[in-house]
Amino acid sequence: MLEIEIDGKKLTVPSGSTVMDAANSIGVHIPHFCYHKKLSIAANCRMCLVQVEKAPKPLPACATPVTDGMKVFTHSDQAVTAQKGVMEFLLINHPLDCPICDQGGECQLQDLAVGYGQSGSRYQEEKRVVANKDLGPLISTDMTRCIHCSRCVRFTEEIAGYQELGMANRGEFTEVLPFIGKTVNSEISGNVIDLCPVGALTSKPFRYSARTWELSRRKSVSPHDGLGANLVVQVKNHKVMRVLPLENEAINECWLADRDRFSYEALNSEERITKPMIKQGGVWQEADWQTALEFVANGLKGVIAEHGRDSVAAVATAHSTVEELFLLRKLMSGLGVDAVETRLRAADFSLKTAGATWLGQPIAELASNEAVLLIGSTLRKEQPLLAQRLRQGVKKGLKLAAINPHADDLLTTKAAELVVRPDQLVEGVLQVLKAVAEIKGIALPTNVDAASIDIPAEARAVAAVLDGKAKAAILLGNLAQQHPRYAEVYAAAAAIAEATGAKLGVLAEAANSVGAQLIGTDAGGDVFAKPRQAYFMLNTEAEFDVQNGAQALAAVQNAKLVVALSSFSSCALEHADVILPVAPFSETSGTFVNMEGRAQSFNGVVRPLGDTRPAWKVLRVLGNLLGFVGFDYTSSEEIRDEALAGDIAPRLSNVLAAPVAVKAQAASGLVRLGEVSLYQADMLSRRAPSLQKTADAAVAAQLRASAATLAKLGLAVGDRARVTQGNGVAELEVAVDAALLDEVIRVSANHPLTRALAAHVGAISVVKA
Amino acid sequence: MTIYAKGVVFEGVDFDNPNHWRLEEYVKRGGYAALKKILNEKITQDEVIAEVKTSSLRGRGGAGFPTGLKWSFMPRNFPGQKYLVCNTDEGEPGTFKDLDIIVSNPHALIEGMIIGGYAMGITVGYNYIHGEVFEAYERFEEALEEARKAGFLGDNILGTDFCFQLHAHHGYGAYICGEETALLESLEGKKGQPRFKPPFPASFGLYGKPTTINNTETFASVPYIIREGGQKFLELGKPNNGGTKLFSVSGHVNRPGNYEIPLGTPFADLLEMCGGMRGGKKLKAVIPGGSSAPVLPAEIMMQCTMDYDSIAKAGSMLGSGAVIVMDETVCMVSALERLSYFYHEESCGQCTPCREGTGWLYRIVHRIAHGEGRPEDLELLASIGDNIAGRTICALGDAAVFPVRGMLKHFRSEFEYMIEHKKSQFAALS
Repeated sequence: MLEIEIDGKKLTVPSGSTVMDAANSIGVHIPHFCYHKKLSIAANCRMCLVQVEKAPKPLPACATPVTDGMKVFTHSDQAVTAQKGVMEFLLINHPLDCPICDQGGECQLQDLAVGYGQSGSRYQEEKRVVANKDLGPLISTDMTRCIHCSRCVRFTEEIAGYQELGMANRGEFTEVLPFIGKTVNSEISGNVIDLCPVGALTSKPFRYSARTWELSRRKSVSPHDGLGANLVVQVKNHKVMRVLPLENEAINECWLADRDRFSYEALNSEERITKPMIKQGGVWQEADWQTALEFVANGLKGVIAEHGRDSVAAVATAHSTVEELFLLRKLMSGLGVDAVETRLRAADFSLKTAGATWLGQPIAELASNEAVLLIGSTLRKEQPLLAQRLRQGVKKGLKLAAINPHADDLLTTKAAELVVRPDQLVEGVLQVLKAVAEIKGIALPTNVDAASIDIPAEARAVAAVLDGKAKAAILLGNLAQQHPRYAEVYAAAAAIAEATGAKLGVLAEAANSVGAQLIGTDAGGDVFAKPRQAYFMLNTEAEFDVQNGAQALAAVQNAKLVVALSSFSSCALEHADVILPVAPFSETSGTFVNMEGRAQSFNGVVRPLGDTRPAWKVLRVLGNLLGFVGFDYTSSEEIRDEALAGDIAPRLSNVLAAPVAVKAQAASGLVRLGEVSLYQADMLSRRAPSLQKTADAAVAAQLRASAATLAKLGLAVGDRARVTQGNGVAELEVAVDAALLDEVIRVSANHPLTRALAAHVGAISVVKA
Repeated sequence: MTIYAKGVVFEGVDFDNPNHWRLEEYVKRGGYAALKKILNEKITQDEVIAEVKTSSLRGRGGAGFPTGLKWSFMPRNFPGQKYLVCNTDEGEPGTFKDLDIIVSNPHALIEGMIIGGYAMGITVGYNYIHGEVFEAYERFEEALEEARKAGFLGDNILGTDFCFQLHAHHGYGAYICGEETALLESLEGKKGQPRFKPPFPASFGLYGKPTTINNTETFASVPYIIREGGQKFLELGKPNNGGTKLFSVSGHVNRPGNYEIPLGTPFADLLEMCGGMRGGKKLKAVIPGGSSAPVLPAEIMMQCTMDYDSIAKAGSMLGSGAVIVMDETVCMVSALERLSYFYHEESCGQCTPCREGTGWLYRIVHRIAHGEGRPEDLELLASIGDNIAGRTICALGDAAVFPVRGMLKHFRSEFEYMIEHKKSQFAALS
């Protein structure tokens, strides 16, 4: 510890601290632009120059290490003169047209210019003009405003993992730009908008739509992946205008994934349905709530009376809140219906654990593991910010290994990687398990039959990464959870965890996957395999939210009664008999339990659109209409307290409830790798126009395979290919993907172009279209 | 161009012999004797460094930092790779001495680097050569190959267990890459931009490893110091300014060229060696140490001796030893315009004061030089200079300001005249 003095205040700081750290620790603000606590130190803006006793010239606070006895003056004449000098330089070439700049009112340069700028300019020469750059559909540029702080450049390199932005040219001709002809395609690219201290990088969807001072700031929680990123939703005239991160070091730090940030566009979509609707005689008609709810209540009662309670199934995505799912299950219990299911993207429902499967450790601790083994995950697309966390971990020595049906670049170093066919994920995990057993000199568990398994060098390397690590984690991603042999993948992974002492974790697919398990809405199994007479669908679109979308769609289309509780009309209009317009997360209070078991409640940030109602209220009234007791809730908090009564932690468990028989199998032939793409994951992201224009969205529309496989199939890049799976056919553009084994055909699942196809993993045939 | 050699770097070089630069000729005139002496007599690392300290050799690249002291900063017992780097990115306008060293006596540099490697326990060295010289680069590569073949360079040098690999690296032609940390960035394949210090290269240098960087002429002086003794080198010059130094004399003299003379030689003598002023004109001013050194008027310059301390006392810098001589016809506004343009063009753009300030300085001087000056411009120039100097990551900001300050200090009236009359008393530079 070092004793220093800042502006006459004595303080003690750890050695290795910078003057900036020390000042921050006592609340002394030193003006700065390039400094950012999460980025490397550049010391290039020079705004944080301060006076240090005995130093001949002012020093940058961000880069100057504290020494014992140091005396720092942040507001002395020398310091302020230096700071004002820098401010003048920053402003000479910066446009002084704040009224027409989108950053106006939330601009660090503008703010600091109030304190350190002059009322007039001494600069009488021509000002610099810089051509704008096309960074893609999310980030708008006004490069003349750039002050070259390099935060965006450092972000892409250090946080996003790939330097998509760089500084070209020299001197005052220095420009920030992407690779020639390329855009910024990171799944977390939007953070550069927050990082940019001026109006050079702004949000393309939000640009020029509102002023910061017109916006109300309301806290919320991201409804997308299982992280539960904290949001500040900004609202004007009861309309969500944009979404920014709410800093929470334990969850999203100060970042947001682009999906969290830009999906709000869907909230204001034309596809929002604002009035209850009933289809009568094949014609949709608007109805009042009373009529619609009575229609639903009577319809359900009628189907059950005629076909029995097993003829009804309720489905919901795990993007629904705790309160909604709890009342859904309660309503169905009242009707005697057991089939309530949220694991809609699963293919194997047989896994039974002692509690709700979860991350197995706090999110904040992930990066401090010595080793992490990822199994079945496109992590950057499934959990963009977790991928970022692991990237930071790798920098500090974490060894990352993967068993995956692809070799996608995680934009960090993988210590070992085993790439398998999608239908051989179990066998891949068994190879590593066998290698672990060999290293440890232990026998395989009796429930595992891996006699036919040979151990390739890659599997040994993966096993070696886990070996001898005091703190390690094995994480199962979406591809694992959606695998047709998930229970076997899980059991084999659990055996590795057992043998190595690593913690087993499940990367929750959706915002409330853990909450759904706590409530018990994972009890229906594959409710579309054997079609029902009636489906009660909450926030669910059969062809996009269910693994075998084609099968689900057929089941729904043939059902007698389909009740859709949805914010959007398009899919529901096609298949439902009655649509009840329910509020998206922004228009209701609710709770999500994230992957680490943390319950995060939020309030609605705007009032429900039109006649839309929060789903929990709709379900409550339905309960009342059906005459059930216990539907007298007056607030969502009451429901939450009942739904999540007691501590959550004891109810989380990744321990298998019963042994799973794991048996290695052989596989050959063309096989589909079906993955739910980044921006098709949920109802909101798939309706966000800007996200649909991204490079990720474009890739999701392609058929991808190795060069050798394409050659064998007689396909060339850019061709159209017709793929057939079961009865489903899809036509896609062909692209090459070096991350795949031969015979693997990567085709997005639950995508508008592939909705006719069946399960994510399975035999597939491909011909040139 | 004249090479006038009466010193250590070009000692004994017969410029009329086309093979004067080859290893064979170098050995004939005593080359590699210093290296052999060290290895045969098992002179310790400490003794080598002590000898360099005794010599009072100061960095010849511009800053004049004591070389022996710099060598002693290298953590010799650091367990990983360490690097030795030679800075031949000679980019300072007016300087052309290092080019002549690698063309005419490359083995002196090679031997000096090998000795440096030995003294600091370094096994790998790089010579970063200015990107706009091609034949010189190729000659240096050829000299390296000669040294390797002769067993002076590479594994087990002269049969001992001392190994030293030396590589030439052709740079990219940016002035900023002569700044030592920008040079390291560039050598690593990145954009040449100075690093913030601390950490200094001695602890975090090339690829993050301890690194010592010296100028070409500095290294090339080392063989002499070891062979003849530091004391003898020191006595060639004057106390605290040991040895001889190369001066690149350009401008209005009869015989511009490189002059290797003892430090402490009066400027008047140097001017005489150069054949005096061209066309019999009167000396007006001298920039004594490369374009970033403040200009000194004739009357001050004629009182100076050519060494670090004397020139510093006169208010300028010996710098890299580039002596730019200007006669009475020179318009100082026009001269400053050209100097300021250079720094505006060469600023790397990394930090604010230099990126924005160098362009501002240039534009004002340009306006004045083109008859569009304003009365307040001179105060503005001084103020902008104050806001740049000492506020930047590297010294380029200072380098851009010093010429402005020098000109305004000694030739302010010319600027005032031009602002008032919208034209110069002198013809503009052609």
